[in-house]
Amino acid sequence: MPRGLLDIESLTRAEIEAILTRSKDFQPAPGQSFKRFDILRGRSVVNLFFEASTRTRTSFEMAAKRLGADTVSITASGSSVSKGESLVDTLNTLAAMRPDAIVMRHSASGAPHFLSRYLPIPIVNAGDGTHEHPTQALLDARTILDRRGTLEGLRVAIIGDIAHSRVARSNIFLLSKFGVQVVLCGPAPLLPREMGEIASGVELTCDMETAIRAADVIMMLRVQLERQHSSPFPASEYFQFFGLRPEHVELARPDVVVMHPGPINRGREISSEVADSQRSAILNQVENGVAVRMAVLERVLAA
Amino acid sequence: MSRLVIKNGRIVDPARNLDRTTDLAIEEGLVREIADRIDTTGSEVFDASGLVVAPGFIDMHVHLREPGFEHAETIETGSRAAAAGGFTSICCMPNTEPVNDSATVTSYIVDRARRFAAVNVYPIGAITRNSAGEELAAIASMKQAGIVAISDDGKPVMNARVVRRAMEYARAVDLPLIEHCEDLHLSAGGDMHEGRQSTRLGLRGIPRSSEDVMVARDLILAELTGVRYHVAHISSRNSVDMVAFAKHRGLPVTSEATPHHFALTDENMLPYDSSYKMKPPLRERGDSEAVTEGLVRGSIDAIATDHAPHAGAEKMQEFERCPFGIIGLETAIGLALERLYHPGKVPLSRLIQLFTENPARILSLQRGTLRIGAAADVTILSLDREWTYDVNRSPSKSRNTPFHGRAFRGGPVATVVDGKIVWRADALS
Repeated sequence: MPRGLLDIESLTRAEIEAILTRSKDFQPAPGQSFKRFDILRGRSVVNLFFEASTRTRTSFEMAAKRLGADTVSITASGSSVSKGESLVDTLNTLAAMRPDAIVMRHSASGAPHFLSRYLPIPIVNAGDGTHEHPTQALLDARTILDRRGTLEGLRVAIIGDIAHSRVARSNIFLLSKFGVQVVLCGPAPLLPREMGEIASGVELTCDMETAIRAADVIMMLRVQLERQHSSPFPASEYFQFFGLRPEHVELARPDVVVMHPGPINRGREISSEVADSQRSAILNQVENGVAVRMAVLERVLAA
Repeated sequence: MSRLVIKNGRIVDPARNLDRTTDLAIEEGLVREIADRIDTTGSEVFDASGLVVAPGFIDMHVHLREPGFEHAETIETGSRAAAAGGFTSICCMPNTEPVNDSATVTSYIVDRARRFAAVNVYPIGAITRNSAGEELAAIASMKQAGIVAISDDGKPVMNARVVRRAMEYARAVDLPLIEHCEDLHLSAGGDMHEGRQSTRLGLRGIPRSSEDVMVARDLILAELTGVRYHVAHISSRNSVDMVAFAKHRGLPVTSEATPHHFALTDENMLPYDSSYKMKPPLRERGDSEAVTEGLVRGSIDAIATDHAPHAGAEKMQEFERCPFGIIGLETAIGLALERLYHPGKVPLSRLIQLFTENPARILSLQRGTLRIGAAADVTILSLDREWTYDVNRSPSKSRNTPFHGRAFRGGPVATVVDGKIVWRADALS
């Protein structure tokens, strides 16, 4: 099987460290723009997005271009997908054009894993359903490292719709490998007990203050109120009990880092005061997204 | 006069408490004689030395997909897979297109089976029209046309009042009611067992409670109505316990388990491989142990495969889009030997009872025993022959199995239906 990046769970700590270390080389110096490289000159990357995404798709495109690769981006609307072609057929068609890698986002958990059994081309998972979003966890780790220097021994609170979050899963797998104490918090129906069993060092609470007290990092998750079919929690009181406000931040460590994978819903899961505060690393996350994805593409493609 | 003599086999007939190495003579499709050194003059002879000769195995839960889904299976191909798995009788669920909810569809299946089937085929009729869970199907006229039970398998009847009416009606016409127990509200959207594995893989879960809640409801209604009630493919510990409790109270309640539910758990799944996707889903170790215990102790009465063929393209998709179900006719005996007999959990007679006497009794079939004068359905099996399952050689039209390439110790060697050898293994060792 060609080496892609399907998930964080199957990576070793050393592999993750290698990507994180390499991504530092791709970060722009303060006040400067990204440098260009020709590490992947002559290579081609297809970005195949079966789900709408502006930031992740753009970030992957820029990462590939800054490494000198050619990129093509395809979104599901307007493609053969809407004409009823199966996923395997779509991918086989693309594979016949011999790209060097396929970056893929799909609404079905495990779609890239399923395809990787049949395709001779490495697949980079850019988010699969409610399973994983590996590059998000890598860029989150890069962002924490930039501010705190180490992951070991930190306390990280992840707050929101844990059950349906691929960001949460990838972060849990990654942080757990580095000895981080992870606290998951959200409305009980969105916080399955088994989330505490998928990795070591994970605890669960439905109480925001318990989650945040003494936290080094607070990761807020987007809550998709519009996608909850039969509303597993009372949406009307969500912000009151799970929205991040300045008074919460005071409970955390003074140098707490506030993060959010975006796009943020001001007033829904995070208040504007917190999102725009000094402690917010939200824009650093976006910036690091490009550097980390450069390191990932290099790892996958530079043979 | 056609005559077949099966020589020197170990004849095991649990219905008659028989376990003896001797000869069996079949004439005109009926069991004629069981005795030592039967005269073979003018007879076809099958040397069963070192083999077990059992009543023909009955699979009370299969999907043959005909009419309506002949691209995935037909009565002919499914019944040939049954023969290759050592089954002489199979009972086909009504979720065809059209649904088997009328005497017309039942008669069509019976007629097609008479013309094309390699083994006996007994249709199971729908509980409700179109299995929609609302109005009762034409249950009594389907019985006249040949159904042996009613079930809305795959589309459980969610309305308790409708189930109650169906139970009352079924009792009056002396048919068992078989339920696929799954509360559809609790399982909605689920693709695999809800637990650590589903959480890890980001797949929506089907909680055990979705099975348990309906088993509990139905047992209460079975007591109310007195129906002969049967739980299909039981898979959770609580459900096994509840059925045991109902039996203890003397209710006419029975249940079946599939080989995959006692042989596999969700830990065995290859991630996102739809060959492991079925309903009920593969559950956890505690559940598969409970199913095994149920088979040992008697709260589970039968082994049934829930053979559920799906064409390749249907299973070659994102996990959440793939239909539920796996094929299972050819691997059932091998798995039962592996998990139940070889580890010493059940004696051979009990194992055979689970495939013969018990399903025959539940469905009132005049099969499942080798008493003199009975229809000569015989399953000849080896307890030790080593073989590897190659699904690409299956007579089934479908390939959806998690057991391709699995090595087995023991399995079917020949299948005899109404006195005729309809299948035999290529090579004996």
